Amino acid sequence: MDARVSAKIQSVFEEPACEHNQNKDEKARKKGCTKQLSPGAAAGGCAFDGAKIALQPIADVAHLVHGPIACEGNSWDNRNSSTSGPQLYRTGFTTDIGELDVIYGGEKRLFKSIREIIEKYDPPAVFVYQTCVTALIGDDIEAVCKRAAEKFGKPVVPVNAPGFVGPKNLGNKLGAEALLDYVVGTQEPEVSTAYDINIIGEYNLAGELWQVRPLLDALGIRILSCISGDGRYNEVAQSHRARAAMMVCSKSMINVARKMEDRYGIPFFEGSFYGIEDMSDTLRQLAGLLIQQGAPAELMDRTEALIAVEEKRAWERIAAYRPRLEGKKVLLITGGVKSWSVVAALQEAGLEVVGTSVKKSTKEDKEKIKEIMGEDAHMIDDMTPREMFKMLREARADIMLSGGRSQFVALKAKMPWLDINQERHYAYAGYEGMVDLVREISKTLFNPVWEQVRAPAPWDEALVLDLSDAVAEVA
Amino acid sequence: MASVRESKKACAVNPLKMSQPLGACYAFLGLSNTMPMMHGSQGCTSFGLVLLVRHFKEAIPMQTTAMNEVSTILGGMDNIEQALLNIKKRANPALIAIASTGLTETKGDDVDGYLRLIRAKHGETLAGTEVVYVSTPDYVGAFQDGWAAAVKALVDAFSEPVTQRVAGRVGVLPGAHLTPADLEELRELIEAFGLQAVMVPDISGSLDGHIPEDFTPTTLGGATLDDIRGLAACQHVIAVGEQMRPALDSLAARSGVPVTLFERLSGLTAVDALVALLMRLSGRPAPARLKRQRGQLQDAMLDGHFHLGGKRVAIGAEPDLLFALASVTCEMGAEVAAAVTTTHSPVLEKVPAVEVLIGDLEDLELGAVGCDLLLTHAHGRQAATRLGIPLFRVGIPQFDRIGAAHQLTIGYRGTRDLIFQLANTFIANMHAHGPEDWPLPAEAVAAARGGTAGACNSGGSCSCSGVTEDIVVPIIPAR
Repeated sequence: MDARVSAKIQSVFEEPACEHNQNKDEKARKKGCTKQLSPGAAAGGCAFDGAKIALQPIADVAHLVHGPIACEGNSWDNRNSSTSGPQLYRTGFTTDIGELDVIYGGEKRLFKSIREIIEKYDPPAVFVYQTCVTALIGDDIEAVCKRAAEKFGKPVVPVNAPGFVGPKNLGNKLGAEALLDYVVGTQEPEVSTAYDINIIGEYNLAGELWQVRPLLDALGIRILSCISGDGRYNEVAQSHRARAAMMVCSKSMINVARKMEDRYGIPFFEGSFYGIEDMSDTLRQLAGLLIQQGAPAELMDRTEALIAVEEKRAWERIAAYRPRLEGKKVLLITGGVKSWSVVAALQEAGLEVVGTSVKKSTKEDKEKIKEIMGEDAHMIDDMTPREMFKMLREARADIMLSGGRSQFVALKAKMPWLDINQERHYAYAGYEGMVDLVREISKTLFNPVWEQVRAPAPWDEALVLDLSDAVAEVA
Repeated sequence: MASVRESKKACAVNPLKMSQPLGACYAFLGLSNTMPMMHGSQGCTSFGLVLLVRHFKEAIPMQTTAMNEVSTILGGMDNIEQALLNIKKRANPALIAIASTGLTETKGDDVDGYLRLIRAKHGETLAGTEVVYVSTPDYVGAFQDGWAAAVKALVDAFSEPVTQRVAGRVGVLPGAHLTPADLEELRELIEAFGLQAVMVPDISGSLDGHIPEDFTPTTLGGATLDDIRGLAACQHVIAVGEQMRPALDSLAARSGVPVTLFERLSGLTAVDALVALLMRLSGRPAPARLKRQRGQLQDAMLDGHFHLGGKRVAIGAEPDLLFALASVTCEMGAEVAAAVTTTHSPVLEKVPAVEVLIGDLEDLELGAVGCDLLLTHAHGRQAATRLGIPLFRVGIPQFDRIGAAHQLTIGYRGTRDLIFQLANTFIANMHAHGPEDWPLPAEAVAAARGGTAGACNSGGSCSCSGVTEDIVVPIIPAR
C-alpha cells in the first residue's frame, strides 16, 4: 500500500472526536473503526465508492476516475444527490485504462485526460480518484495532479482512496481528507458574517437540504458551504471562514469537522435533520453555537419562535393522518441513526412501531427509545432477512421502512415497504420531510396493489374441476 | 362507483369520439375475404379509411356507395345496386358488408328493403357473395357502438341453431378496444388449455401487419362466414367488453350456447377469472408457463406500485377501454382524476373514478390539470404539451407512432407490460427537486425574523442571506 495512503488511514483511525474510537484500547484502535471484511460474507461498497459518494455532490467539479472501466463505468450517475445549478458532477469521466497502460503505467493517460477535461469543460477544479489497479501498478496520482495543476493553472485534487484499502465508510473519510489537504482554506469569501455556518456530511439526497435551507434562510443563517450536497468548489475552498459547523450525525465526515475546529477554530456539533425534535434541536444548537461565537443573542429568540410555529404546523399535519393510520404496525430498520426521533413522528401519526433497529445507536439513544416506546421496546441489533420475512409474513408488522437492500424481503412477502435509504427519490428531512414520510407511509399502506397480489391464483382456489359440468354444457 | 355525466357544451372541442359506421367497418375488416362499404357520400369512407391507414400503416379495403345530392333525395337503391355489382365484378368477395351513415339515415333509406329487391333482381350475378347490412347513423353512439352493432348484425344474419356442439371449441366475441396483439394473446391463452378459439371478428388475422403472398383487393385473413355460422356450435362463447353484451345475448338466445362476458381482461384478478373458466371448460390444470407469467405479473405490480402509487391520471377512451385502463391503474394505487369517454355504457358506472364525463378532449384537458399523466389516443398530444405532462397513447387513432396493432394490454403478460410502460413513463418524467420546492409559510418567516430591525424581509426569496451589514465581521487573515 502507498505509504501516504497508509499514513492517512492511520490518522483517520485516530479520531479524537469519535467517542466510539476513544473507548477502544490502543490495539483495537490500530485495527481501525471498521470491522475487517470477511470474504464471502461482505456487503457494501469499497473505499473508492465511499470517497466518490462523499465528494461527488460538489456539483461544478469534474470527477475523473483513474482506473479501468469497472470503477466508473459500472457505477456512474446512480445517486440522487441534487444540484440547484451545475450538472457537471453527473458527467462520468474515467481514464478507462487498458492493458498497455497497466504495463507501461497510466500516468500519461491521466495527464492527458485532465487536459482534455479542462479544455472541453473548463471546470473550477478536477478531482482525480485513485483506484485499485492504478494504485497497484504504482501510478502516482499526487505527482500527476501537482504537475497538471501547475501546467493548467487550475486546482487538480488527488483523491487517494483505492477500493482495496477498506470499506465505504473509510473511503468517506479519505475523500474528506482530500478536501482538507487541497481545498479548504485556499480561497477567501467576499464577505463574512456572524451567521455563516458549514454543514458537513450532508449530501442533499433527493434535495433534502432544500427542506431545511428555508428555515436557515428565514433566520438569516447563511450556509457558507455544505460539504458536499449541492456544493460548489469555491464554497468548499472558502469554508474555513464559517463561524460554526453542524456535522450531520452519520459521522461519515467527522474528520472534516474536527480538523476544521483544530485548524480554524470552527466549533461544531453533531445534529440530525430527521425527525421533528431532532430538527428543532439542531436549530437550537446552531443558534447557540453562533451566539457563542459572537452573534447577537436575539437569534435564539427568533429560533425558538420559528421552532414553535413549524413544530405546531408539522404536528398538525401529521395528526391529520391519525384516523387512517391508527393501529398500523411499523417495522423500522434504518441505518441506525437516532431512530427514536423518527419513531416519535410515526407514533404521532397513530402508527405502532413494533421494532426498530439500534445497530448504530448509542446507549443514550437506546434509553431514549425505551422512554418513547416503553420498557418492552423491541430493539433489533441485527436482523437477518429471514427474520424480517418471517415477521412480515406473520403480519406482526403492516409495513417495513428500510434501506434498499432489504426491500425484496418485504416485497416477496407481499408486504408494503418504504425506502428510507440513500438511493430513494423522496426527501424526508426537516419538518416538511417528516410530514412527507407519513404521507408516503399512508400512500403505500393503502395501495390496493397489496390486495391484488395476495389474491389466490385460480389454481390455488378450491376449484371444483367438475368435468361433468363441462360435458353437460357440450351436450 | 362513478356518476356519469354528459357534457352540456354545444360545441365539441378536440373530439375524442369517432363515428359508428367507422367502428362497424372496422369490425368487418376482421372478416376474411370481405369488402366493407359505407352507404354514404365518398367522404365518409375516405376519412375513415385514411384514419385506419394512418393507425395501422396497412392498406385498408373499404368501399363507398358514393351518394350525391340527387341520389340522396331519390334514394340510394341504385347506388347500392351498382356498388354491389361493381364490387362483385372487381373483387368477388365472400361478403359485402354495408354500414349506413348519417346522410343515408337522415334520408331514411330502407337498405334492408333495397337488398331484398336487388337480390331478387341479380340473384345469379351475386351468387357466392353474401351481403350484410347494419344501421349505424353517425349521429348516434360512437365507434365501439358501431363495432358492437356490426357484430350483432353478423351473428343475427349467419349464426345457425345447431343440434350438436363441438367439445373444446371456444367462441370469442372481442370488443373494438382489443388490438390484434390482444387477440393473439387471448388465442394463446385459450389454446394453452388444449381448446380451440374461434374469434368473430378477428382483426388479428387481417390487421396484424403481416406480408401476404399475393395482393387481394379485399380483407386478408380474419373470421370466415363458416366461423360465424359455427359460433352456435361452440362449447362455450365468451365476449370481451360490455359493448358485446347485445351480440352475445342474441347468440345465446338463438342457439342456447353457454356464454360468459368478461368486462375486461386487463388486470390480475380479471385474467384469473378467465383462467378459471378455461380450466373448467377444458378440465385441465393451468400450464406451468401460465403460472410463471402470473408470478411475473405479481412482481411487476410490486415493482410498479412505487411509481404508480398516488399518481393522478386522466384517461380519455371509449367505455370498455376506459374501464380496463382505469381499473388497472387504480389497482396499482393511482387515482383516475379525470375520465372522459365517448358514449353511454352500463360499464361506466363501474369505472373507479368520481365521475365519468361523456365529452371531448377539451373536457379531458380541463380535468387533467394537476394530473401526472394523460392516457388517450394520439390527438391528446397537444393537450399533453399544454399541460406539460406525458401522453401515454391508447386506443385508435395512434397516427404518430408505429406498432399500434401490437400494443398488448390483456392477459398476464399484457398487464405486466402495460404496468412497465406506465411506470417507465413516470420514471422518465420524474420531478427533480429544486431549492424552491419547500417554501416556508409567511407565519414561520415572520417568527424567524422576530421583527428585527434591518433584517431582510423578503422571506428568503431574495439572494441575500437576510443579514445586514452591521454584523459583518472583518476577515481574519488565514494562518
